[in-house]
Amino acid sequence: MAAIRQTFFQECEEQLSEMEIGLLAMDEGSTDSETVNAVFRAVHSIKGGAGAFKLSQLVQFAHTFETALDFVRSGKLNPTPEMMKIMLRAADVLADLVEASREGREINEASYETVAVDIKSLTLINGEEEVEEAIDFQPTVIDFGLPDISVEAAPEQTAEASREYRIAFTPRPELYANANETALVLRELNRLGAMEAACDASALPELENVDPNGAYFSWSIRLSSGHDIADVREVFEFVEGEADLSIESDGQPEVSNADIAALLAMALGSAPASEPATVSESLATARETEIAPAVANMTPAPVAAVETAKPDAKTAAVPSQTTIRVEFDRVDRLINLVGELVINQAMLSQRVIEANFAGSSSVIIGLEELEQLTREIQESVMAIRAQPVKPLFQRMSRIVREVADATGKEVRLKTDGEATEIDKTVVERLAEPLTHMIRNAVDHGVESPEERLAAGKPAEGMVRLSAAHRSGRIVIEISDDGAGIDRPKVRASAIKKGLIAADAQLSDSEIDNLLFLPGFSTASTISNISGRGVGMDVVKRSIQALGGRISISSRPGQGSTFSMSLPLTLAVLDGMAVSVAGQTLVVPLTAIVETLKPKKADIHALGAEGRVMSIRNTFVPLIDVGMQLGFRDTATQPESSVAILVETGDGARNALLVDSIQDQRQVVIKSLEANYGTVEGIAAATILGDGRVALILDVDALVTSSFEDSVSGELRYGTGG
Amino acid sequence: MQTILTVDDSRTMRDMLRMALAEAGFNVLQAVDGVDGLDVLQRSSPDVIVTDINMPKMDGFGLIEAVRKDNRYRKVPILVLTTESDAAKKQRAKEAGATGWIVKPFEPTKLVAAIRRVAA
Repeated sequence: MAAIRQTFFQECEEQLSEMEIGLLAMDEGSTDSETVNAVFRAVHSIKGGAGAFKLSQLVQFAHTFETALDFVRSGKLNPTPEMMKIMLRAADVLADLVEASREGREINEASYETVAVDIKSLTLINGEEEVEEAIDFQPTVIDFGLPDISVEAAPEQTAEASREYRIAFTPRPELYANANETALVLRELNRLGAMEAACDASALPELENVDPNGAYFSWSIRLSSGHDIADVREVFEFVEGEADLSIESDGQPEVSNADIAALLAMALGSAPASEPATVSESLATARETEIAPAVANMTPAPVAAVETAKPDAKTAAVPSQTTIRVEFDRVDRLINLVGELVINQAMLSQRVIEANFAGSSSVIIGLEELEQLTREIQESVMAIRAQPVKPLFQRMSRIVREVADATGKEVRLKTDGEATEIDKTVVERLAEPLTHMIRNAVDHGVESPEERLAAGKPAEGMVRLSAAHRSGRIVIEISDDGAGIDRPKVRASAIKKGLIAADAQLSDSEIDNLLFLPGFSTASTISNISGRGVGMDVVKRSIQALGGRISISSRPGQGSTFSMSLPLTLAVLDGMAVSVAGQTLVVPLTAIVETLKPKKADIHALGAEGRVMSIRNTFVPLIDVGMQLGFRDTATQPESSVAILVETGDGARNALLVDSIQDQRQVVIKSLEANYGTVEGIAAATILGDGRVALILDVDALVTSSFEDSVSGELRYGTGG
Repeated sequence: MQTILTVDDSRTMRDMLRMALAEAGFNVLQAVDGVDGLDVLQRSSPDVIVTDINMPKMDGFGLIEAVRKDNRYRKVPILVLTTESDAAKKQRAKEAGATGWIVKPFEPTKLVAAIRRVAA
């Protein structure tokens, strides 16, 4: 059961996501019936499973919510913007209840009482409760112990005094059409006590007149049983509506068929009939009217296999592709192995060329094909772990609602490119920085409704979240249509914190980027929402740790945009392979601005040890990579080197001096920490085609250590001098 | 050993049905919605079909009607999963051609008893 419980909560997550997608679509104005149905089904599913696990608080709330949704889907309720707000809040409460149930606790009812009352009010017609949905919740004891279900030939004995029952049972054609069998009914009846059954076949016509779908038999049954009449009735539970049935006990007639007819007719909404015959008539007409719309709903080819349909813009349903569930570890292992394959293939190519087998062109062609194939395998495998950002974006919409509520603002979230896929590892680590930026956008970016109206903007603000693939990377943007960055305020705050000099000349863009400095916060009060020391600098570092970059742009009165570019995956890296003191190092392409061939005249000394390089009239610090990493003791001659201009996370530029550039290539990242240990200035390692290990530079760390070394006057790796 | 085809879009419910039925000695086949159910039906001969009502693509009613229209499977007993208070649903299920019903959340003994009532 524990495994099924886990399955249940996993499924709840999926259902909650479906529900949110559907509700948001409805909020945007979608009236598509499939959308409403999908939301209903999601809540219905959660309620169903919750009932089985005795999660009473969850069941109660889900039930009311489900009823309201049922009213919407049956047309009893028309969704208004007000109603959608209530539903979205109910969705949030439901999610909270699911989480609480998963952790085995309950939530204080007072905390969601308003929402519960609001949802409940939707289910009342003219202030009265719809009677049929009264839920009588009795915890079902699900006992999965082995039941004794051996079919007993002998009837059960009871200690009670036997009662005599006389049962008249005449099946109608529907009984057989619905695959019921009199024999089975009688068999079940026999389990209640001793039984005698007589069949009246007088209605059976001549063979040539027999309708194979007809019902011609009638049964009179005597039953001696200690069971009470309810148990007897229960045997006929499924066939009651499809037969003429009367059960008499000790001479007293039970509810007669005419009464059943009346009840049924009432339920079907027509005038009560007195003849049993009319019951089947009214059933038949009801059947016809019911079936017509039902048939219209059916797909024309019910035998068709599950289609791989593209997600319909109108429907809220999950894209109908066949999927399988795979454990994450297995995918990870596969990706690792493919990484090894790529390395091996490169090594093979190298060795063949070196051993001069390359003379045969068929070998070369073979190797090229192998490389092509390996690349394709790698791309396909990477794609396995690729996930659409949609669920992540979904979570953001809830955050927007919460922060907007808490700050008294009206904000709507608009998303673009939800289907864009990124590696799962990247998606997971994006959640926190994205959350923080979204909160900021609502809390600080968008103005209050009054301010907006005064500025001639609509009272409701908009935050736009988009994702797109661009030249081999993912670009994610968060923009708001708020007041933009208050540059004078930012500048003043930075001066006050001593981050910049009082008379520093800064461009607009430079002022905007001050937000990324550590400890920066212009919030005059530390609100609960943001500004509690989790500044944009942490966000920036998170993005950079993913191999990404982030920038900001803003227009006063119009809003701000954060733009992030991230690698598609953390497993491979596009880099430039360079030689330094006989070693091969890899410099991540994202850090490289340009490469230059320095002339002696461009290099100038700075202080005792330092050097700077002049590039188009600006001076940038020069870092001798070989010396910085301790590969050599003497400084490299610039004329025989190559300078790589890099930009670190904070936008500063430095020039890395290396011996030569080999080529640009994509390398499989292997963790240094896992295999060796942490080395400052080195991010990771890879294995080259010749089998040697190449270190991947951590440009930011290298620059920082160079700076610190120059300040302290010592080289951390070298012997100084 | 009898074979039961269970059709439900909820994984949790499918797992629970399978657990209860397998312990009771039945062979269990699964499908995720009406379309899938019909598909599985083409490839196998279950003795009983147990289906949920609310499912995407083709709901329980649609499945039952499709099964009843097909001469090969017309007489397969079909039980619908329904909630306690849903008299209207039971009625509609019957009209679509359902043989009987099982109430959710179900007790394994009741589930097995219902199956016994409709399966030879």
